[in-house]
Amino acid sequence: MSRLVLVGISHHRTPIELREQVALTAEQARQLTARLGRPEAVCLSTCNRTELYLADVDAEAAEERALAALAGDVHPLAYRLVDEAAALHLFRVAAGLDSLVPGEGEILGQVRTAFELGTTGPLLGRLFRQALHVGKKVRAQTAIAESPASVSAAAAALAQQVFGELAGRRILVVGAGKVSEQAARNLISRGAEISFVANRTLDRADELARRLGAEALPLERVEEELPRADVVVSSTSAPGFVLAREQVERALRARKGRPLLLIDLAVPRDLEPGIHELDGCYLYDIDDLEGVVAETLAARRGEAERAEALVVEEADEFRVWQASLDVVPAIASLRARAEEIRARELAKAQNRLSERELRAVESITAQVVNKLLHLPTVRMKEAAAASDGLVYADAVRHLFGLGEDEA
Amino acid sequence: MVELLFWPALLAYGEAAVAYLGDARRPGLAGRLATWGVRIGWLVQTALLAVQAARADGFPWASWAGSLNLFVWLVIAAYLIWGCSARFRLLGLGVMPLAVALFALAHAGGGTGTGRASGYSNLFLVLHVGLVLAAFAGFTVAAGLSALYLWQERRLKRRDRSILHLPAPSLLALDELAARTIAVALPALTLGIVVGALRLRDRGGSFDALMAVTVVTWGVYGAFLALRFGAGWRGRRSAYLALAGFVLVIVVRLALPVTHFS
Repeated sequence: MSRLVLVGISHHRTPIELREQVALTAEQARQLTARLGRPEAVCLSTCNRTELYLADVDAEAAEERALAALAGDVHPLAYRLVDEAAALHLFRVAAGLDSLVPGEGEILGQVRTAFELGTTGPLLGRLFRQALHVGKKVRAQTAIAESPASVSAAAAALAQQVFGELAGRRILVVGAGKVSEQAARNLISRGAEISFVANRTLDRADELARRLGAEALPLERVEEELPRADVVVSSTSAPGFVLAREQVERALRARKGRPLLLIDLAVPRDLEPGIHELDGCYLYDIDDLEGVVAETLAARRGEAERAEALVVEEADEFRVWQASLDVVPAIASLRARAEEIRARELAKAQNRLSERELRAVESITAQVVNKLLHLPTVRMKEAAAASDGLVYADAVRHLFGLGEDEA
Repeated sequence: MVELLFWPALLAYGEAAVAYLGDARRPGLAGRLATWGVRIGWLVQTALLAVQAARADGFPWASWAGSLNLFVWLVIAAYLIWGCSARFRLLGLGVMPLAVALFALAHAGGGTGTGRASGYSNLFLVLHVGLVLAAFAGFTVAAGLSALYLWQERRLKRRDRSILHLPAPSLLALDELAARTIAVALPALTLGIVVGALRLRDRGGSFDALMAVTVVTWGVYGAFLALRFGAGWRGRRSAYLALAGFVLVIVVRLALPVTHFS
């Protein structure tokens, strides 16, 4: 029977300096699995892990091959798992339970890509299809992936808490650095369109504005746009406040009571804290957002317990399926033998029967064979799940003389 | 027959109230059970009202307890418009316990039994009692929306770390829906008051305390709409005003009907 073997390293025990030694691009992973894939191999390589899944009748040889394939000085840190434990591990990975942020969604896409690039057969094909199913099931049946897991995502979720649908809202991004862009992209992913990007250097504002499909503004014109903005995201390296309470207060008069959400991702802060005291203004700085994220991560960890139970159920199902592979050859031989006998006896009777009678006998004998073999087939699969499968398979081979030349 | 319908309806509403509590603690299955409880309870209560109307051959909800029964049905009907959406389930946490209490009160007062048709004409009762109660049901739901707005707004102002835990409607949605509900309910109240006033003029009778408070209630909600659409009142101020109006609705609904129906 094919055994499932996993050899890998992950962020749990291996520092980034070593992880990057064995990290593989998609193309490298494809080449590696093509080289190792006798008969089946899949390589899952992300920033947090590099794992090789192999299917082979000789588990030890497969393990050796996998270890040899992992370059660098990672061997002492590599984990080795087989069969059900390996399946359970992959299901936990696909569900996001092994990730730094429980339930993060990116890993499911990475598992899918690894599956597509791998050399798969019956065992790894089934394993990875089930892993993708587990990943989706856990996200659908628990709230593990519902709450935001980063400061930028929390800012976008807060915007939805205030405005609901973000489509059509006017978003003003102040600052043209990476943090601003990340926050803007999170808002875009939730349906928002960025209206303006303001920056002290107009060229940089223009560059980011083009990438986000927005209009560039000099920093001095921010106050002018405030009455029309719904969300302000600020992240500049300015040493003082970019927006003072008085400026926002003036803008509020023209807003007719519409709320204004201000997100300050800068350190030192860009937006004067007193703005939060104004009616209809909600100002969140980096500490506030980190507090929100810490809380949502705690909630995700709570949901992880429910997710673990689902994953264990699936791993058990996989175990039963894999164990049934022990008896599949015996079942197949038994059925082939029965079919062979049936065909031979039918051939003998062919000359004595009319075409109509022959069809009737064919149908009856096929039913008899199926009914006769149904119970032994079911019992052998059950025995396989209870780890007696090989004993039963041997008994069947012996009793029916499978694999022997018929006298 | 009516007894057979009352208890399942109360049970379904009670189940919904408890399930909403469960949903607030762990959103998911409990929320769906709550929504089904509301739907089933409302359908059973609809059947109850239909049986009552058929038995009385008219409008049997002119008594204080009977009107409470109809009021509960109208409140839940208004709530069902948005209540089935997951984000509005928090509103059910306020509406359903209130509905259960009022429905039980209506039953205790004999309002869910086989009612008798009133001496008033059916048309008058439908237009006067029906419209006023429909308006009050709208104001009740608007008050629920406003209370939810204030709670949610307070959490945002306090920068509550658990702000993203519970799926709640957005501030803007709560504000808009409360105003829209009042904008629909106020014309119904106006028409109900006008029908009552016309009858008072034609048949005579005195202007009682209930009528006075109802007119004040009309004034508060009229001011709400005028300030919102004229002076741009939104958010917190507008939510407080909606709740102030609802205090008067409670007074009219629970305290004064004793004089009006006597």
